[in-house]
Amino acid sequence: MAVASPSKVMTNVEAVRSTLYDALKRDDKAVILGEDVGNRGNVFLITKGFIEEFGPERIIDTPIAEASIVGIAVGMAMEGLRPIAEIQFADFIYPAFNQIVGEAAKTRYRSNGEYTCPMVIRTPYGGGVRGALSHSVSVEALFYHVPGLKIVVPSTPRDIKGLLNAAIEDPDPVLFLEHKRTYRLIKDDVPDEYFTIPIGKANITQEGTQLTVVSYGLYAHQSLEAARKLQDENLSVEVIDLRSVRPMDRNAILDSVRKTHKLLIIHEDNKFGGVGAEISAMVAEEALFELDAPIRRLCCPDVPAMGYALPLEEEYMISTDRMAEEMRAMVRF
Amino acid sequence: MAKAMTSTGEAAATLERYGLTDDQLRAIFRNMLLQRQLDNRGFQLNRQGKIPFALGSEGHEAIQAGAAMAFKRGHDILAPYYRDLGLAVGIGFTPLEVLLSLFARAADHNGGRQFPNHYSSRKIGMMSFSSILAAQIPHAVGAAYAIALRKETGRAVLVTFGDGTTSEGEWHESLNFAAVHKLPIVFLCENNQWAISTPLHQQMGQPHVYKRAEGYGLPGESFNGFDPLATYDAVRRAMERARSGSGPSLIEGTCYRFLSHSTDDDDRTYRTREEVEKQRAMDPVPRFEKILIENSILVAQDADALKKDVLRETNEATDAAEAMPFPEAKDLYTNLYEGAWEPWQ
Amino acid sequence: MYAPRVVTHFERFGLSDEQLRGMLHTMLMQRTLENRGFQLNRQGKIPFASASEGHEAVQAGAAMAFERGRDILVPYYRDLGLDLGIGLTPYEVLLSLFARAADHSGGRQFPHHYASKKLGRFTISSIIAAQTAHAVGAAYAIKLREERGRAVLTTFGDGATSEGEWHEAVNFAAIHKLPVVLLCENNEWAISTPQSKQMAVRDIYKKAAGYGIPGALVDGFDPIACYGAVRAAMQRARSGDGPTLVEAKCYRFLSHTTDDDDRTYRTREEVEERRKDDPVPKFERFLLENAILSSADLEDLRAQVLAEANDATDRAELMPYPLPSDLYAQVHAGPWEPWQ
Repeated sequence: MAVASPSKVMTNVEAVRSTLYDALKRDDKAVILGEDVGNRGNVFLITKGFIEEFGPERIIDTPIAEASIVGIAVGMAMEGLRPIAEIQFADFIYPAFNQIVGEAAKTRYRSNGEYTCPMVIRTPYGGGVRGALSHSVSVEALFYHVPGLKIVVPSTPRDIKGLLNAAIEDPDPVLFLEHKRTYRLIKDDVPDEYFTIPIGKANITQEGTQLTVVSYGLYAHQSLEAARKLQDENLSVEVIDLRSVRPMDRNAILDSVRKTHKLLIIHEDNKFGGVGAEISAMVAEEALFELDAPIRRLCCPDVPAMGYALPLEEEYMISTDRMAEEMRAMVRF
Repeated sequence: MAKAMTSTGEAAATLERYGLTDDQLRAIFRNMLLQRQLDNRGFQLNRQGKIPFALGSEGHEAIQAGAAMAFKRGHDILAPYYRDLGLAVGIGFTPLEVLLSLFARAADHNGGRQFPNHYSSRKIGMMSFSSILAAQIPHAVGAAYAIALRKETGRAVLVTFGDGTTSEGEWHESLNFAAVHKLPIVFLCENNQWAISTPLHQQMGQPHVYKRAEGYGLPGESFNGFDPLATYDAVRRAMERARSGSGPSLIEGTCYRFLSHSTDDDDRTYRTREEVEKQRAMDPVPRFEKILIENSILVAQDADALKKDVLRETNEATDAAEAMPFPEAKDLYTNLYEGAWEPWQ
Repeated sequence: MYAPRVVTHFERFGLSDEQLRGMLHTMLMQRTLENRGFQLNRQGKIPFASASEGHEAVQAGAAMAFERGRDILVPYYRDLGLDLGIGLTPYEVLLSLFARAADHSGGRQFPHHYASKKLGRFTISSIIAAQTAHAVGAAYAIKLREERGRAVLTTFGDGATSEGEWHEAVNFAAIHKLPVVLLCENNEWAISTPQSKQMAVRDIYKKAAGYGIPGALVDGFDPIACYGAVRAAMQRARSGDGPTLVEAKCYRFLSHTTDDDDRTYRTREEVEERRKDDPVPKFERFLLENAILSSADLEDLRAQVLAEANDATDRAELMPYPLPSDLYAQVHAGPWEPWQ
């Protein structure tokens, strides 16, 4: 009988914290820099106590200056450190766009491999927390267009640990997006031992035969919940948690579509030019004749952001019931 | 203290050489000649239709040769910008490497990917940079942070930029961060008075970059960027300060861009010939030659021999580089990520 | 700073007794509404409020130097008192706190992110220093149209000065000698980051020299001094002499917002020490001692402020939320069909 390896139940936010803590312990080249990461221990208390244990030289409270938070991390990476830069909220990432897209993503390529940029940029994103226009956006589609970047969007504590370890180990820049609604909502068992999950590998969270649902982040949980409801109605839905949007696990998606012949993509980011657009195009190119129904995308509305007032946020976010309804309609198509 | 040149570029009565030996003075001069030659070669090759693009650094020879002499090879890190041909050559980049970059050959450090003069060389401690103004400044600060964190005393970062770059937000954020952490870095502004077509007074509300230092809590200093020895002195003191853990400095050398911004630019559209000619009268290359000869550090024949040698070296590098192959089409796909990587198709 | 004793003569920069009382009214109202936000949050009635306690004096003083109907205000999210001082009503503040449909942003934005064209008050986001460039753009428009006698007042905290956009904006204003006053409300903390970790200098106003513009320092706990400094800078701007960087040193007495807990990063001793200089009771005392206000007047004023705040709270709470369909309005001009 296999002996279960020791593990702990933790929330998503605890998983981020413990993985960062282990990384700092393991490698003294690892540094964390960002706004309020030191004295405050991050606005979600992710790095609480780190500054006392690892010192202000490795846990750097930066001025409010996002372009340089990322830019300085690029220089640190080029000079042999392992920076883990934090953007306090994804909504604040835009001033750093040049450093992420123009610099970090191109360092290896433009120097033809002579200089590299092994760094992680972590940032909480996503809505459902009354974050209004500046504390709730999804930014993955703005960045996933960019070759040279890797973009991870984990949804569970175990995936956070494995993928954050992989991101820190990775020889190239990784944008690590943490859905803040899942921070304290999602709890699961996480092995104590060090492990990594390959970036670019999706996770089939439920097998099924009648419909493939591809999602990630908060909606990976809601779509799984919806699919489980449908089991009671004898509807069989396969649910894929993408986990990374670049590189993207095309084989997981194509294999599943070849089995179920129907595809529904669900994400919180708005539809126009979103991750679902690329998945739809890829499946249309590779597996059009496998499809028994048009591809459907269930995405949040095409407006700049959810509003602060509750009805505006509720209108923006997609409920589990709506997901179930959409799944039902597609299975019965 | 007497400087090598007065502010108008006239030779001073006695040469203040800041401890530099005759050999070092001649090396500075040679570096200036080589920069001028290679710079002109780029423009020539462009006019001959052999290369699509070259950038001008004429007028920056003194500041770059002086700064390069203050750089400790094998210790310090250089984070330059695209007008730093003389700095690159001064810290050990070879004419062949410069020509490979101009010709965009496969053997170029960047494999022919970047514009000319966007060199990087890990071996000589020259960081990779893009064409984006000020993007390299936070990188330099990050490298200085790494040096400080590892407590590598005796090392420092030299980061350079033009006057135009000081308008960028990333420049501001970087100086501020370096000042807070007292990092081992020297911010060297090569103020050539023009941001492509925009003169200094349309870039700043006051004409001195170094005066911004106080607002960051840094020492600031200006010097004549047409004087390689004054430059050497200012950069050396600032680098020593950085290497010994006393923190960053912002220093500014005033020079001038004699040519157009690049071969794609035509400076007659935005500045008068009179202005350029007035600056040309202070051209640092013949001036420094005169000073060395007047101080018997160089005889006229040596100067001629040196020029011939530099021309020969440039010609050889040109021939050798031109004969080298371009990168192959498939090289477009390499070095995007480490290891095996499948492009999305 | 004024001494706690009878002062027979003080520099009042031409302010009348009524204006002085007006500033106190603004300060009391700011404090009351600010506390109301925190109370409503603790009662579970609103999800969020941000804090401006300690900024009353600088904001009341600056507001008095603002010419309603002429000047433009481009503030940041900690400027409740400035907004009240230039004419925003307590009711509008409460609509914002409750995120009601009748709020200026239709309940879209966080509290205190007002916009009011009527008052000349720009819309702002929560993004630090993003507004500084907007203020400079507005000042450019004023200059281009040669509208003498108008100026832009823009505010920000110490933290904003670290942003690249701040630098770019100040530099541009200096190059073009634009009619803008850059007022830094230096409360010493960027959420949890003390000034010493934000910059290597003590005085922000000294950064002005690097841009070629004048800098001025003022006690941000003294509303009269703040009025004097901001008025002088605004007059300079209005008459075409260019921008000024004014630094008012104050303090943030509360946590950054209801989501923050300042005990995690600063000592109670530090906060208590600064509380001793609390500008609100100090200014009350000052007006009493100079016989500009009687004790009875003060009691009346407080009662009036509380009544106004209560009335505004009750009225705003009764107002409806925006409708779900309001999510789709005002994305573009005119009719627009969301991508579905």
